[in-house]
Amino acid sequence: MENTVDLRIVEEPKRSLSMDPKKFGMWLFLSTVMMLFMAITSAYIVRQAEGNWVYFELPFSFYVTSFVIVASSVTMQLAYRASKRDRVQQSKLFITLTSVLGVVFLAGQFMGWQQLVASNIYLVGNPSGSFLYVITGLHGLHLISAIAFLFIILAAVFKGNVSSKNMTKMEMCTTYWHFLGGLWLYLFIFLILYR
Amino acid sequence: MENHSHEDHGHEHHGNFWTTYIFSEDHKVIAKQFLITGMAWALIGGLLSVLFRLQLGFPDANLSWLKPLLGGWLTADGKIDPEFYLALVTMHGTIMVFFVLTAGLSGTFSNFLIPLQIGARDMASGFMNMLSYWFFFLSSSIMFTSLFLSTGPAGGGWTIYPPLSALPQAISGSGLGMTLWLVSMAFFIVSSLLGSINYITTVINLRTVGMSFTKLPLTIWAFFFTAIIGVLSFPVLFAAVLLLIFDRGFGTSFYLSDIYIGGEALPNQGGSPILFQHLFWFLGHPEVYIVILPSLGITSEIISTNSRKPIFGYKAMVGSLLFIAILSFVVWAHHMFVTGMNPFLGSIFTLLTLIIAIPSAVKIFNYVTTMWRGNIRFTPAMLFSIGMVSYFLTGGITGLFVGNSAVDIQLHDTYFIVAHFHLVMGVAAFFGMFAGVYHWFPKMFGRMMNEKLGYIHFWLTFIGGYLIFFPMHYIGIAGFPRRYYTWTNFETFSGFTDLNLLVSIAAIVTFFTQFIFVFNFIYSIFRGKLAPANPWESNALEWTTPRFPGHGNWPGEIPTVYRWPYDYSKPGAKEDFIPQHIPYSETPESNLPHENELIKLEGMDATIHVEEKKHH
Repeated sequence: MENTVDLRIVEEPKRSLSMDPKKFGMWLFLSTVMMLFMAITSAYIVRQAEGNWVYFELPFSFYVTSFVIVASSVTMQLAYRASKRDRVQQSKLFITLTSVLGVVFLAGQFMGWQQLVASNIYLVGNPSGSFLYVITGLHGLHLISAIAFLFIILAAVFKGNVSSKNMTKMEMCTTYWHFLGGLWLYLFIFLILYR
Repeated sequence: MENHSHEDHGHEHHGNFWTTYIFSEDHKVIAKQFLITGMAWALIGGLLSVLFRLQLGFPDANLSWLKPLLGGWLTADGKIDPEFYLALVTMHGTIMVFFVLTAGLSGTFSNFLIPLQIGARDMASGFMNMLSYWFFFLSSSIMFTSLFLSTGPAGGGWTIYPPLSALPQAISGSGLGMTLWLVSMAFFIVSSLLGSINYITTVINLRTVGMSFTKLPLTIWAFFFTAIIGVLSFPVLFAAVLLLIFDRGFGTSFYLSDIYIGGEALPNQGGSPILFQHLFWFLGHPEVYIVILPSLGITSEIISTNSRKPIFGYKAMVGSLLFIAILSFVVWAHHMFVTGMNPFLGSIFTLLTLIIAIPSAVKIFNYVTTMWRGNIRFTPAMLFSIGMVSYFLTGGITGLFVGNSAVDIQLHDTYFIVAHFHLVMGVAAFFGMFAGVYHWFPKMFGRMMNEKLGYIHFWLTFIGGYLIFFPMHYIGIAGFPRRYYTWTNFETFSGFTDLNLLVSIAAIVTFFTQFIFVFNFIYSIFRGKLAPANPWESNALEWTTPRFPGHGNWPGEIPTVYRWPYDYSKPGAKEDFIPQHIPYSETPESNLPHENELIKLEGMDATIHVEEKKHH
């Protein structure tokens, strides 16, 4: 085995990246999602700069959901840590909490739409409103996919299929969840700044 | 998430017909599926161009003999219906750019060559790879269906600019045909992203022992950058298409404002059609590099192999690919010089655009210097590669004209542009694809293609391509706009009848020439000479596999790589090529001093293999 150690030092023939291909693919997928939202938010900026833009307040509900999604990221991380340390009960608790918070977030987003409708901002109308619906809607769709993923993990945790030795899916789910949380914060701050 | 841990192992799979040939997860079968679908699309796309060339070259001809094919799309006096003409142009562009030169080219060769050349059993995820093909097939089926609608397929140009594409009342081609176009493209984007994610992951994670990035064949570098460009640009097209779908289907006003059509004022307020162009070209420009980069990679490999010389400037070749890939994202507005943009902004985009000439020129010079004093073997693949360099140069030169905002204002949307992009990305990419098929056919099907037919195919296509597109420069400088149904109404343009006739005849002949290739391809699959293990005496890893590689590619261990792939005609060597898997310890006669140093590392092979096994 000493030879192997030597090899590492001179580093010529070595194993390529030690990352799991699935996890790596996941990151690439996240970059496509990122580009999608980059495209839409920059279209938003370009369009806004041309004038004829209706200003309105963001629905209050979005402020609440922003806290919810941050809280869900915290519980997700706790669930991840618990699984990594094989604390099954904790893991079950936190993954359930995360799922509940995720659903609450979605419900909150929908209430945000209701508040928009109440203040006469519809999908059809000035692009400022249309953009808001498209941005939140697209984010919501991605979040639904993340919740589906989360439910799969939830089932796996309750069946005892997630443990410190079998963490790939859990890690991927955690990454996706944090990413969508961070994405929402970006979108939310963006919407506040460029109303 | 699917569980496919078994793909990491190399043993043969024996499935039934369906799992072996249809829903296969083997990258080689998927590559062939992409290739054959791409070829079918190329014939359809070519046929469409012949149809509209008939109209342009023979404006007075009676085409009623085409009734069985076109039916109601012919007018009473035997001419092509003007709106159908627009649909023909649109579908020709869409099919060629996306279905042939993106999916057909990248899908075929990235899938086929990445695992074989980096020394992997298969793609990172065979399942995703299969999904990628079937999304492409679904997308193809939808686009194909749209050809047979009573209102015709999409007719707003392959760039589908709104408001024309957003308003069904504008032309019949913006009706259901446009809807299907958008749906089809959405699936196409999914397919392309699944493919690209797989290619990048595979190149980064699954290289065999010793295959460092500096030892990758240039083909792999090209596919790698192509995939990265795809991952970054296709989501933007998705955003553009999504907003257009909202405008068409739900009445939003992202792209629409102040429109009065058919005696009726539309309610849409506040949209901007320029916004669509920004989003579209942010994909659209990288897209042309998605089309050309694989060809550049394929020709680099073929030219070096058949010149029996190392590629000149390997690092410069990789660097220029990278530079082109980066620049492709910051030049999109050169498609929009006449949208009323700020002239200062225009000059910035002019500058950035002209900079692309530098890496492109580096590539051309390196191709030429690679061939310089080489023992060139003029195989059909080599001829097509040289042809590719020729077309890339000819088309690239006019890029300097049209990339300049001042000149572009005159040339915008004329046949000069048509000539430019057909030469530089159309024909050049096609030549790269032909070169790739001729070169790797023995690996794909275990048999050789007929060389004589290959030569005939090359010369007719090479001359035909120039005869089609060279005169278009002249027509374009004279001001003839693209996409026009006819010019005979304008006295100014009646002087170009003979040139257009020449172009049309060349186009028709060149189109039918392609059937030589199709015949050669199909005949050789079944009746071609059996291929030797390494017919081109190439260094790359794919030729170390058996004649008919099974699922898993190598029957035993994957070979370890010791050297770069371009050790051709090395001074002192016994033969004029030393494959990548030959250790330096076996070639003491040709080693350079620093390579002798590396021999010490090779002895540790055994331990590496032990490690290898533990990983699996």
